[in-house]
Amino acid sequence: MKTMMKMMKKLSRNRLDEFFAALAEKQALYLPVEQGEGQARYQRWSQGAKLANALNTVRSAKDFFFPQTENLVDFKMSGKTIEIIDPRTEGEDFVVFGVRACDARSFTILDKVFLVDPVDSYYKSRREHGTIVTMACTRPQETCFCTAFGIDPAAPEGDAACWMTGDALYCTAHTEKGEAFLNALPEFWEEAEEEPVKAQQEATRQVMARLPLSKFSMGSFGGEVLMKVFDSDKWEGLSEACLGCGTCTFVCPTCQCYDIKDFDTGHEIKRFRCWDSCMYSDFTKMAHGNPRLTQKERFRQRFMHKLVYFPANNNGEYGCVGCGRCLSKCPISMNIVKVAKALENDTH
Amino acid sequence: MQEMMTAKAKELLQNGTVNRVLGWQAGEFVYDITPAVFETAEELDAGFVYNDFCGNNLSKYLIKESRKEGKVLAFLKPCDTYSFNQLLKEHRILRENVYVVGIPCDGKTDGETLKAKGLEGILGCVREGDTLKVDTLYGEKILPLGEALTERCKVCRGKKHMVYDELLGEEGELQGSARFDMVEKLEAMTPDERFAFWRGELSRCIRCNACRNVCPACSCEKCVFDNDASGIANKAAADSFEENMFHIIRAFHVAGRCTDCGECSRVCPQNIPLHLLNRKFIKDINELYGDFQAGEDTESRAPLTNYQMDDVEPGIVYKRGGKG
Repeated sequence: MKTMMKMMKKLSRNRLDEFFAALAEKQALYLPVEQGEGQARYQRWSQGAKLANALNTVRSAKDFFFPQTENLVDFKMSGKTIEIIDPRTEGEDFVVFGVRACDARSFTILDKVFLVDPVDSYYKSRREHGTIVTMACTRPQETCFCTAFGIDPAAPEGDAACWMTGDALYCTAHTEKGEAFLNALPEFWEEAEEEPVKAQQEATRQVMARLPLSKFSMGSFGGEVLMKVFDSDKWEGLSEACLGCGTCTFVCPTCQCYDIKDFDTGHEIKRFRCWDSCMYSDFTKMAHGNPRLTQKERFRQRFMHKLVYFPANNNGEYGCVGCGRCLSKCPISMNIVKVAKALENDTH
Repeated sequence: MQEMMTAKAKELLQNGTVNRVLGWQAGEFVYDITPAVFETAEELDAGFVYNDFCGNNLSKYLIKESRKEGKVLAFLKPCDTYSFNQLLKEHRILRENVYVVGIPCDGKTDGETLKAKGLEGILGCVREGDTLKVDTLYGEKILPLGEALTERCKVCRGKKHMVYDELLGEEGELQGSARFDMVEKLEAMTPDERFAFWRGELSRCIRCNACRNVCPACSCEKCVFDNDASGIANKAAADSFEENMFHIIRAFHVAGRCTDCGECSRVCPQNIPLHLLNRKFIKDINELYGDFQAGEDTESRAPLTNYQMDDVEPGIVYKRGGKG
């Protein structure tokens, strides 16, 4: 998707809270709010909610379409019959406001998993009901490397994109849903010049050029080097200190592995889906046991998936958007940047 | 100190005392330190680091490392030595396969702590006297150490090592600590206020298990929650209280064994102050059984596993105002 400068609209920043309140009357509105110590999370708008200043949320925006847990189907036995109940209720339309460019790209990666045959109807329904309104970055962090994936944090994708300047919120629509977002409350928006947005973009791109990872590139991983990378002798050292926790996978906007289990409530079965982590000892456990016996193999799986298997199946696209969450959050500070740099020599 | 440590490590590798070194490896930024094992002088020169960001407690790695071929050199900060002793007491570390070099510590910070102070785009960081000078993408920031140190270091209990084979630098002293201040605040709350506090904190849990996996007291071969044959493995929370309950149960499980190393709170991606649960247990044990510090030695019997005729009775709950 290429960002086109269509009709630029703006609304005054001092009307922002009023705008959120009016929008929330029409449909569910989610936005990043502070949760203390400079961290943010998405929360449904309620009176008094303030848009967070933090660059990004701890949990990614994937939660909206691929929640940590969800019930898929219920089974009830009565006599010799089993009743199969679809627990879903019709989803409501919702707007996710303030999504960053990295997370916006993560949806297109998740789509390649959940919207290909067989289509995941749970995911698809949420995607259809959701409108993504992105927010351009102005203060990228040292952990950011989205540009390595061709993402421009100053011109985010999404149904509509926003730029926050000192006095106004600028917005332009990319899709029909984005147009609908702008047209939902036309009285708030006025036509605007693009210059303030362009000036901000220029400033942000200058900061991007000074980031420590600005020159970082993912190199040439992919299906062609599968066995070379898989057999690298570096995995042992890279995974040595890994705790086997699920932090990286759970904060990652593109990690999409899940488990499906049955929960016996005593009078019915609830079949649920929940996030799984390749770092866990029972990941993909089968009748014969776990195919990945040590943490080295589990650790390798995560990075092989993102650097090799995913691009091999998706025209070279990596399973990473450079949001930097794993760089900040891994308890032992091991992450995809360190892994890619260490393994680069094994790709040629 | 880093030079002294590197020299010591090379000497011990050279003379055959150890065949590898457990320490910290530099990363991409100033703060992203990774625990690592070094086998040669070249590896040490290439990546060994000891600075203000080497907060990771290395003791738990010795469960695995002490079972490998040969002896491993472990650099332990004063607070890490408590965990080491506690693991020895629980027969989890093979002492004869570890050569402990005690190293001084004058307090640590970490990337998340600095970011919580509003620092963005951290590029570099140096300590200058009682301040930390942080170079960021958006200018230089000076933080007083009192703000820049991690919570556990602000309430450091002292610079004395509980165990070592050799010491680098001067041995320090135990010191008073205000570590129970927040616990006292929580105790002074009404039950409803306290419940609301913990609901607010624990409900942010994403159940990544980082706290459990980093915890030196959580050293079971297989956690019951990871064992789907246990019947209580829970990959998904059945209700909104389950994650809360997980942390409460874990605090009970490590009670009397937790040394208050603070790794649980350090690794939590959601900044949940998990150490406060453990400190409540430590404070209660001190009050009900007399002062006790897990990991102070390897011989003594812990209060919760040592029956005494004058142990408190369950009725203490009511005497202290609890409703049971």
